[in-house]
Amino acid sequence: MPKITYRKALNDALAEELARDENVFIIGEEVAQYNGAYKVTEGLWARFGDKRVLDTPITEAAFVGLGVGASMLGLRPVIELMFWSFAYVAYDQIVNNAGCIRYMSGGRIHCPIVIRGPANGGTGVGATHSHTPESILANSPGVKVICPATAYDAKGLMKSAIRDNDPVFVMENTLLYGEIWEVPDEEYLIPLGVADVKCEGVDISLIAHGRAVLTSLKAAEILAGEHGINAEVVDLRSIRPLDEETILQSVRKTHHAVLVDENKPFCSVSAQIASMIQEKAFDDLDAPVLRVCSLDAPAIYSPALEKLQLPTVERIVEKVLEIL
Amino acid sequence: METLLKTKTFADAEINRQLTTEEKIDLLRQMLRIRRFELTALKQYQTSGQMGGFLHLYTGQESVAVGTLSLCGDDDHVIAGYRSHGNALAMGMSMNECMAELFGKATGCSKGKGGSMHFFAPDKNYWGGHGIVAGQTPLGMGLAFALKYQGRKGCCLCFLGDGAVNQGVYQASLNLASLWSLPVIYIIENNQYSMGTSLERSSAFKNCLAARAEGYNLEWDRINGEDIYEVRAKTWTAIQRAHNESRPTVLEINTYRYYGHSVSDANTKKYRNPEEIEKYRKFHDPLQLWQSRLLAEGVITESQIGELDVAAQAEAVAAVQFAETSPLPEPADIFSDVYYEVDEQTPAGRTGKHFFNE
Ligand SMILES: Cc1ncc(C[n+]2csc(CCOP(=O)(O)OP(=O)(O)O)c2C)c(N)n1
Ligand SMILES: [Mg+2]
Repeated sequence: MPKITYRKALNDALAEELARDENVFIIGEEVAQYNGAYKVTEGLWARFGDKRVLDTPITEAAFVGLGVGASMLGLRPVIELMFWSFAYVAYDQIVNNAGCIRYMSGGRIHCPIVIRGPANGGTGVGATHSHTPESILANSPGVKVICPATAYDAKGLMKSAIRDNDPVFVMENTLLYGEIWEVPDEEYLIPLGVADVKCEGVDISLIAHGRAVLTSLKAAEILAGEHGINAEVVDLRSIRPLDEETILQSVRKTHHAVLVDENKPFCSVSAQIASMIQEKAFDDLDAPVLRVCSLDAPAIYSPALEKLQLPTVERIVEKVLEIL
Repeated sequence: METLLKTKTFADAEINRQLTTEEKIDLLRQMLRIRRFELTALKQYQTSGQMGGFLHLYTGQESVAVGTLSLCGDDDHVIAGYRSHGNALAMGMSMNECMAELFGKATGCSKGKGGSMHFFAPDKNYWGGHGIVAGQTPLGMGLAFALKYQGRKGCCLCFLGDGAVNQGVYQASLNLASLWSLPVIYIIENNQYSMGTSLERSSAFKNCLAARAEGYNLEWDRINGEDIYEVRAKTWTAIQRAHNESRPTVLEINTYRYYGHSVSDANTKKYRNPEEIEKYRKFHDPLQLWQSRLLAEGVITESQIGELDVAAQAEAVAAVQFAETSPLPEPADIFSDVYYEVDEQTPAGRTGKHFFNE
């Protein structure tokens, strides 16, 4: 199977959907002539032209709102945020307009938009550029949020997101754009709301999304090699809709869970999942559900320290050893 | 009133000369319907105990919605803020579905899920009804973008208040609309107050609010809203510009609201004096002015006007009856119309957990 980067996988997904559906178009800052701040849209403007790939001014509220309005008349905008951190400038458009318009119109309008871009810390860009708003946005019924961890998932989920008729927010990761995975040449889709067991195990469930999945996989290797612990890694892939069944199945098998989450701990995705596990699998648990989140302060700049602020392999191993 | 009747210029505008007697009478009918609807809604708000939240009445501003929207063609679209019952009715929504929405009934235009600020009728090119001040301004631009993208000849009329012009997203929308040459018309309904704050206390400007458009290289105009002929003549120029040149326009229409900001506006007589309200009611009321005009033109009689008013009132009363006897939404309806895919029971809608109630 060919090996491509996470970036290329996203690029292929966008190109395939642009080619497939006239109503799909891409807007955002530097997405066209500059080929994208992170080159995710590279070559798309050259191939699809001015009508389908549009550079916007630095005006997130206006171009997100434009996308919402255009979707009401049947277009399918894919809106790039250079960083998801900039979503806060357009929060009203995202939450009030994209998120509520279907409901408030009694189902007479729907809003098939995709908003995508990187949402991660770990790159030395300071607190303003390192937000992970998946938990905040998934708190709004009416929207969908996905966090692909691999190139394969990124491509299949992005294509489903573009075809979905509700607003879907795709949270990517700048640290993954250059990473390489196997991705088939043939077309495939990955449905939203289906988790993926990235590595099977019997002793403990490490439940994560986004880049934390990869950190968890490394921790699982160390747990196996150095501690004789056989960890299962569950990749949520989709935050809302959420695949609760796969999480519960894993916990019922391993009886232990450590949740790994690049969100800050308060009201994070892992907080939701911990609540769900204790409610639905309490009797299956042999230990409290523990969490490894980003350390609870704004993202620090200092590159050496920032690495420690995000969930690390060491912190995951330590947490697991607390209960096993 | 007299000065107005003397100005013949706008009556002579091509778009107004084309008006048939029946169309002129219909403009009055629409204004009367809006006035009667709002007054009836106010009464119901105060007495029925079935309405909640805000109720922003359009009373005093009727000529703006009726004048501008009388020009809409098949592919012209409208989006507005929260003081928008007038726009909704002028776009052809029925009093029944609007009143039922205020009562929170399942038969409301939004099934009781939107309320006073959130009426929608996409089938009639009416895209709401938006509660966040200026939140609708980029959506209007998006509707215009979609029309242009799809090669359709149409435009979007996007309404906002004089207070809304100070929101960044509106300024940002003017920039993008001009930069991308989108067929959108921003219509500032300048009723001189945003809640209890007068225009002077909220906006810095030279000349008028619409003139800010200069900075974005946009065409703009200012309209005396009490004169339907002027509203129509100048709005038509903007619509033609949108249709033929795909260029946006900003229009500022001077108007006045008679009631408080919402029904609960305890200060309504404090931030403006009662004489000011009286002056507008007496000398600048758009309904009175239009009636006088039609009488002067000899296209209507006093008794016909009376009949139209009675009919509008009867329609509003019937709408209350309809709303009162309509069923409430079911508790289960709380969870419909959240996700398209779930409502439609598609494979996507059946995959994963969408709601987290327990
Ligand atoms: C973002 C936001 N801020 C504040 C409010 C509360 N609010 C509702 S209407 C209003 C006044 C707006 O005045 P204007 O734009 O002149 O419209 P008008 O009420 O006169 O029609 C305010 C402050 C709101 N709904 N949204
Ligand atoms: Mg105002």
